[in-house]
Parts: sequence; C-alpha cells; structure tokens
Amino acid sequence: MESNTQVIRIEPSKGWVALQLHELWAYRELLYFLIWRDVMVRYKQTALGAAWAIIQPLFTMLVFSLFFGRLGKIPSDGIPYPIFAYVALVPWTFFSQGLSQASNSLVGSANLIKKVYFPRLCVPIAAVTSGLIDFALAFMVLLGMMLYYGILPGGKVIWLPVLLLLTIITSLGVSLWLSALNVRFRDVRHIVPFLTQIWLFATPIAYPSSLLSEPWRTLYSINPMVGVVEGFRWALLGAETAPGPMVMVSFLAALAILASGLFYFRRLEKTFADVV
Amino acid sequence: MNDIAIRVAEIGKRYRIGKAEKYKTLRDTLASAFTAPFRKVGSLLQGEVTDDTGLDEHIWALKDIAFEVRRGEVIGVIGGNGAGKSTLLKILSRITEPTTGFAEIHGRVGSLLEVGTGFHQELTGRENTYLNGAILGMNKKEIDRKFDEIVAFSEVEKFIDTPVKHYSSGMYLRLAFAVAAHLEPEILIVDEVLAVGDAGFQQKCLGKMGSVAKEGRTVLFVSHNMGAITQLCGTAVQLEKGRLKRIGPAAEVVNSYLSAVVGAELKSSWSDESSKSNGSDVRFRSARLLSTDEQPLSITTFNESLRVEIAYEVKVPIRNLSVTCLLYDSMNNLVFESMDTDMPEWNGQVREPDIYRATTQIPPFLLRPGRYHLSFAAFVEGVRVIEHLQRVLTFDVSGVGYTLQPKRDGIVSPVLDWKVCRFSENGQMV
Repeated sequence: MESNTQVIRIEPSKGWVALQLHELWAYRELLYFLIWRDVMVRYKQTALGAAWAIIQPLFTMLVFSLFFGRLGKIPSDGIPYPIFAYVALVPWTFFSQGLSQASNSLVGSANLIKKVYFPRLCVPIAAVTSGLIDFALAFMVLLGMMLYYGILPGGKVIWLPVLLLLTIITSLGVSLWLSALNVRFRDVRHIVPFLTQIWLFATPIAYPSSLLSEPWRTLYSINPMVGVVEGFRWALLGAETAPGPMVMVSFLAALAILASGLFYFRRLEKTFADVV
Repeated sequence: MNDIAIRVAEIGKRYRIGKAEKYKTLRDTLASAFTAPFRKVGSLLQGEVTDDTGLDEHIWALKDIAFEVRRGEVIGVIGGNGAGKSTLLKILSRITEPTTGFAEIHGRVGSLLEVGTGFHQELTGRENTYLNGAILGMNKKEIDRKFDEIVAFSEVEKFIDTPVKHYSSGMYLRLAFAVAAHLEPEILIVDEVLAVGDAGFQQKCLGKMGSVAKEGRTVLFVSHNMGAITQLCGTAVQLEKGRLKRIGPAAEVVNSYLSAVVGAELKSSWSDESSKSNGSDVRFRSARLLSTDEQPLSITTFNESLRVEIAYEVKVPIRNLSVTCLLYDSMNNLVFESMDTDMPEWNGQVREPDIYRATTQIPPFLLRPGRYHLSFAAFVEGVRVIEHLQRVLTFDVSGVGYTLQPKRDGIVSPVLDWKVCRFSENGQMV
C-alpha cells in the first residue's frame, strides 16, 4: 500500500516550466464539469436563451449583405453574398466569443483560483470549448441557408473537422495569452473588444482574400483566421480559391500562438493566486 | 520515513508590497508615464511580473518553517492575524508556490479553505453538488455513489433541484458543507470553515471533523477557535509573524499562546482618555477572566470553574449602585445575568468614591462547550443606567470534561445531582 502512495513535492519553480499536460489529463473530469458549467450558465436568465447563438452571426450577416454586398458591391468569389459572409461569420463568432469569454475567465474564477488547486489551464480551455455549442447551433442555420441556395458541399467537406480544429487552436492560443495577461493587467478587458473589431476587418469575412495577389495572399494567412475562413468557404461552398497553402500557413501560425501561449500561461500560472 | 504524511522543510514565502514611487521631477514623471507602458510590455514578454523595477518592498509572510506531520496525526495551526497561517495552508494546498524551501505530501490530499467554493448561483443544488465535488477533487463515480448521503446530510432534499440562489444562507451552507464533508482524502487540510454558520452548524462541523480524525486520517487544521484545537488536535503549531514559534502537544501550545496574548485579548482595560467611560460617575477600569489558579485565560474547560474580575472607579457617592455581568452565548442568547450586589447582606449602601474590584465564580459543569461573550453595566436600580459596555470579554468553553452522552439541548448544560430510588408496585420502597 505504501508503494502506491503518491508523493507531491511542492517547491518554487524557476523560469520556464514544463507544460505538464499529463496533469491536465488527470483533471479531465474537472475540465468536463467546467465546460458543462459554462454551457449551463451561458444563457441562464436571458429571455431569448440559446437563440443568441444564432442572432449574432445572422444579424451581422444581414448588415454585411446590405452595406458591403448590396451597396458596396464587394465581390464574393461567385457565391451569393449572404452565404459568403455567413459561412465566415460562423467560425468567426466562435473565435470572437471565445476570446471575450476566455480573457475574463481567470479573473471571473478568482474565488476558485484562490481557494482550490487545479491546473489553471482548465479555465480558459473550458471557456473556449463551451462555445462549441453555439457554433453547432449557428452551423445548423448555415446548413439551412445552403439548402435555400441549393449549394451542396462536395467531398471536400471531410476537411471540415481539420478546419474546426484550426479554429479551436487559434481561439485557444490567443485566449491563453489574453487570459494570463488579464490577471496582471486589467487593461486587457479594454483591449479585447477593440482587438476583435480590428481582427474582424483583418480577416476576409466581408470580402474575399482573392482581392490580394500572391505572394501577399499566402503571407496574409499568417493571421490564422484567414485560413479558417477561406477553408470553410472552400470546403462547404466549393469556392474555387485553392486555399491549401493559406491553410498550411495559418496552421503553423496558430500552432506557434498556441505553443507560446501555453508556455507563457504556465510561466505566469504560479502567480495567479497572489495577483488575481 | 513511511509514516510521514507532510514534511515541510524551510518553507518561506515572500510577497511584494507595492511602495509608492518617490517623487521625482515633473519631467521624470512625464517621461516615465510615456515609457512605462513600453517597459511594462518589455518586462512582460520576459515573463517578469514585477511592477516598476526595484521600487518594491518585500515582506516575508513565512520564513524558515519546518515541521513534520505523521500519518494519522491531527495537527492544529494557531497564531494571531498575519501570523502566516493562511499562507501556509495555501502553499500546502498548492494554490501558491513557496519562495524558498519545499514541502512533501505523501498521499491524496484534499483541502478545504472554504465551503462552497465554485458554487454557481444559477445552478441547482444537484448541479452544484457535482460541480463542487469535482472542484474538491472527487470524480463523478465517487459523487454518484455519495450523492444520496450528501443530500441527506445537508437536509435540503426538497430543494435539491432548485437553483441555489433561492436557498437561504443556512441551506446553502449546509449543502456546501455536506459536499465537503464527504471528501475522503488521506490528508485533509482545513481552514477555519467552522467560523461560519450558527452554533448548531458549527457543532455539526466539529463533530464531522472529530470523526474524520478518529478514522485515522491526517488532518491539518487552522483555527482561531482554541476550544476546537484542544478538542480535536493532538499536536499544535504556533506561528508568529511568519515564523514557527512553537510546536508540541496542543494543550501546551494553546496555553502558552494564550498567556502570551494576555494583555491583548484576555483582559480589557480602559484608560482615562477612553471616551467610553469619560464623564460618567462610574468608570470601568478593567475586566478579565481567571482560572482557579489565578491565570488569565480565554479558554476554559467544561469541568473547571471560571473567575470573573472587574475593576471600576466610583467618582461620586452613589446609593444603590449595582454592577451587572451579562453572559451571552454565540447565538446571542442571554445565558444569565449576575450582579455584584447579589449578596443577602447587601442593603443598598452608598458606594463612596474609590476604586472597587468585584470578583465572582462561574461554577463548572454548567456552560456547554462553545463561545461566550460578557457584557458589563453599572446602574442604579429603577433610576438610571450609568455605564454599559457590550461584549467586553470573549471566551471559549472547550469540550474537555463534557461527558454527557448524548449531547443535551438547551442554553446551559448543568450536570445536576440526581438520586434515583426504586419503588415496588405496592408503593413500598425497596
């Protein structure tokens, strides 16, 4: 019996620390409960409830269609403008919602962080992944629109999970940076709305990236959301943009953000309980 | 080595306390206002979390703490405010890292620095039970298995599917504690969770703690409640200003801790400048509690008597002056009132100007274990209240010597002298 007694050693950590992702695995049940809590609580005491998951992208699409599509006559790669915008807004809404939820998540869980030990990574991860429910709801509407416009996805649709993964990696990577920074600097709270607004226009949601010529187009996809949006259009609507290289670049960029975010988060983690 | 559960070796924890920047020239101030954001971003990217460089002061919340806890031992941690108790618990619960030294914990540890951590107002009692259980380190199967027991213990069966925001604070606490009480780690780290709730709830918590201790689990327990410490713990550690002051048998450590804080806590005295008594005809000078051997104390046991001593100054001759002592329990029930004129020979003489000292004994086998407060008042019966001091002294009655089984209800718990005679059916004494 003595042999299987676990020994925990508590000592100061120095500099960059190991990621200890196995610990995250050990706490997977807690992670599951936190995600579940975030999902349960998200639309409690709202009149419209889960409809909010659809209203946001839908209304943005309507506004975009009116101003950019109808009045601005912005090209849309030969796809009807409303669905051109909406297919981009579905992953975008997941991304921007994830950012705003996650950047505040650690501060919002201050009482938890000060009173219980668990890998702090659980908190922003739960905040980001709980948005997948909203994503699924908004995606249903997308399927409806595809039926309406008579667009059938081809075999390329099998790439969709990969593209969704790219979206999650991007959201999580940026969220890790923002949530950890927010513990120390509440400035982040003011930055996030501003950041997502600029990022929205730096991503080809209202316009096609085909407006750019190579090599700028591929370079442009250092913004990982470029790869996501172009990938979604290509996989679901059959846009003939051949976004392969763009998605590759976006993947590398997203992984870099995620990895740096993880290390940065882990480095600051030890100070959370003292500072938050 | 195998019987060590917690080993703490030279643990230290340093905190930065922000110090105001020295005033420099306006130009410097302006310049630093402009460069500060850049310096901050720069230092941030290097992973530094200091504020402006070099301007911080440090305090050691803990320094060179070393002790060992054997498996199955129940150890209490005591000390005044700011002694470092909470910091020690936070380090041992891995919430915060030590700055120096290390600690080893052998076995599955559960820490309870608060009840109801992570409870969400919008979720139901059932949902919160699962969430809180997971946060405390139970897995779903474990919670499933204990769920009925938890609900029964909490006595909120009817409302288990109601959001906890509609709970009364008592229900909320009971459910929160019920979840916590069903945590079954090998090593339990507990902070002052007993400080919340009413006396009945505290008694329930203490009972649960006691049974945990009896099961042979290792418990590290922080409390201000000296009664609870002596009752539950075999060993106690006393911290003072971040240092380990004393470690040893709980009763000894508690006694020496209490005698060290005599002036501060065991005795109340009021100086002339004290506005409380100024200008009135009677001025309370001091009040204290003493054990039978004249030692000042703030904790007594069920089976010992307690002396109350109060000194007061009478400034003008007063006829029929009484000084009364009111004893309240932790739920603010008046347990009794007694006056320094309660002698048969007293006939309402004049108290001439002078200093008086009134003492009395509270008999043993009367006050049930718990916390009590004493208030004092000076008055002339039916005429006026001259002076009234509320909650002047606080003391605990520990459960030592309280052998009544089962526990008795009621404000006091006197052990009365009973005589039982037996009669046969025809009324004849046997």
